[in-house]
Amino acid sequence: MTQLCLLQGGIKPDEHKSLSNQTLIVQGKLPPFLILPLLQHIGAPTEPIVKVGDPVLKGQIIAHCKRKNCSLTISAPIHASSSGTVIAVEPRAVPHPSGLTALCIVIETDGQEKWIERRPLTHYSDLAPDVVRNHIANAGIVGLGGAGFPTHIKLTHNSYFIDTLIINGVECEPYITCNDRLMREHPDDIIAGAQILMHVLGGVKQCVIAVEDNKPEAYLALSEAAKESVEVLQVPTQYPIGDERQLIQVLTGKELGRNQLPASIGIVVHNVETIRAVYRAVLLGQPLLSRIVTVTGNGIEKPQNLEVLLGTPMHVVIDQCGRQDGIERLIMGGPMMGFALPNEDMPIIKTTNCLILSRADEPAPLQMPCIRCGACVQVCPINLLPQQLYWYAKAKDFKKARNYHIFDCIECGSCAYVCPSHIPLVRYYRYAKAEIRANLREHKKAEIAKQRYEFHTFRMKRDQAEKEARLEQLKAVPKVDKEAIIKAAVKRAKAKSLSWS
Amino acid sequence: MMIATVGVLGGLALLFGLLLGYAAVHFKVEGDPVVEQIDAILPQQQCGKCSYPGCRAYAKAIVNGEADINQCAPGGELDILTLANLLDRIPKPLDIKCGVEELHKLAVIDESTCIGCFLCIQACPVDAILGAPKQMHTVIAQECTGCERCITHCPVNSLSMISVPLTTSTWKWPYPVLLPIGQNSMEPVS
Repeated sequence: MTQLCLLQGGIKPDEHKSLSNQTLIVQGKLPPFLILPLLQHIGAPTEPIVKVGDPVLKGQIIAHCKRKNCSLTISAPIHASSSGTVIAVEPRAVPHPSGLTALCIVIETDGQEKWIERRPLTHYSDLAPDVVRNHIANAGIVGLGGAGFPTHIKLTHNSYFIDTLIINGVECEPYITCNDRLMREHPDDIIAGAQILMHVLGGVKQCVIAVEDNKPEAYLALSEAAKESVEVLQVPTQYPIGDERQLIQVLTGKELGRNQLPASIGIVVHNVETIRAVYRAVLLGQPLLSRIVTVTGNGIEKPQNLEVLLGTPMHVVIDQCGRQDGIERLIMGGPMMGFALPNEDMPIIKTTNCLILSRADEPAPLQMPCIRCGACVQVCPINLLPQQLYWYAKAKDFKKARNYHIFDCIECGSCAYVCPSHIPLVRYYRYAKAEIRANLREHKKAEIAKQRYEFHTFRMKRDQAEKEARLEQLKAVPKVDKEAIIKAAVKRAKAKSLSWS
Repeated sequence: MMIATVGVLGGLALLFGLLLGYAAVHFKVEGDPVVEQIDAILPQQQCGKCSYPGCRAYAKAIVNGEADINQCAPGGELDILTLANLLDRIPKPLDIKCGVEELHKLAVIDESTCIGCFLCIQACPVDAILGAPKQMHTVIAQECTGCERCITHCPVNSLSMISVPLTTSTWKWPYPVLLPIGQNSMEPVS
């Protein structure tokens, strides 16, 4: 794997990483209230198992998936990140581009950080992989690179044989440095975590940690810590090389189709911080309770990385780093793939890797018409035709957009970055994708409604026919001569009265 | 020579005629495929706002040239565009006589005032209302298409339409709008 392939397309944006990667990771403050959304990952939402008023301990499971066999469901349990009391289970604003509310568990912390009993698997290598995997599933670990896919699902590959484990320490988006600091400060944890995953996957021949070559300190730290079985590799600095599929392409030269899982070619990719979470869960018995968040941007006095408890409101974290006047916008995630949030009351969740606060230094450039220069085509890492997709999305011609493979787009934003007309291309793609998905949902619903309507009309006709048949039957019964019956009765009565007298 | 030509051409004409005749009998398509295609695009609410009794009737009316393609309010702009594309017609804005495009709604019954008159159950085109005479009725929310047909049938006004609350899983990215300079700085690069 030492032979690297070049990534077609891609861009080299200004990094702005030195803002936040010069200082050590700082422990985040314990907030008075923790807000824990029930859905912090991709997959099935969790259900609360605590009530308002319940005392909770640090590390206690407070919500888990509805099904019985959670370790096989695409879902991850939620833990109380500190000890305290549950004061509400209610909809709160969650970090989502919509700015909508979703069900959250709110905990008032007591400041004692009282742990639940921890059960580390110190001798994991003597245990069956499934036992370790279930342990990881119960620790609520999800992909911490930003996608939030439950980690234990990526460790179950019944039909595939995994021979390569790739650990993603690329971190190619500008501003974000949480993985960089983690690799510099805790390389041993990452190596230990990698060995646990190799045991769980079984049969892994190759374990590679990929680091972008703009992080030489992280590369050195990892190389020194690396054991024989783990190889540390430098990849060129290029955005979006950190995307799972692009990284696989660069490292192995294999290109995956949209519906093809990396596991189908024997590869599984995990983020470095996810690996550290696995290390903590297995060897220290700590579930996923905190994550490293980069707080940066020109609206922050001391940009830095913090280890923040999940559920900490963003304003607590921002206050800890010091805010400057005139903050105009808050972005969660990187400047390329992140999204703007309306306020700072939302909590840090499992997928919050970075907060960027910026002042409005210069007005955003005005959007101009597309001049068909083709710059976007040259940078698209998936080899799509962004300008065609833009036309079709803009004209709401979703059939054509699908024909041009809009669903292959990874929304990396390279096209919008190079666009000389400053067209927010990805917003058009997101719009088109959302519409297409909604249409499919509605189409399914319409199909059911149609069936029900057809049955309804059939039933009405059948009922009508039955009613008519009954009427016919009534008509068919011979009419009884009522008068004759009455006369006969009168006659009998007269005869009786005669016989008495 | 001449006779041979006539003979060959006549023979070919006869052969193709027989082939066409055979195909017309044995490969006959049941129903009208265009009606099916239009019916598949329509939202199947069976609301009747287009002034036809149900989506299929409207699809037939479009094919027969009685109705225009812009009469389906629940389908809205997107369905008009798809229909225009399918039938190769020029898209038109929605006919205001047929209502306005709205977000999906649900019928709900105020169970405290329902008298169990059975009228709404008879009016529901998709059998989404549950109940028996003189018993309380209720709407099966999953099956309700929001066609509003039941509303006018309720003698005690205990039926009303509510909009379905948006959640993070049903939310859609909006159509990008151009904002004046400075205001669109609220979004990241992408």
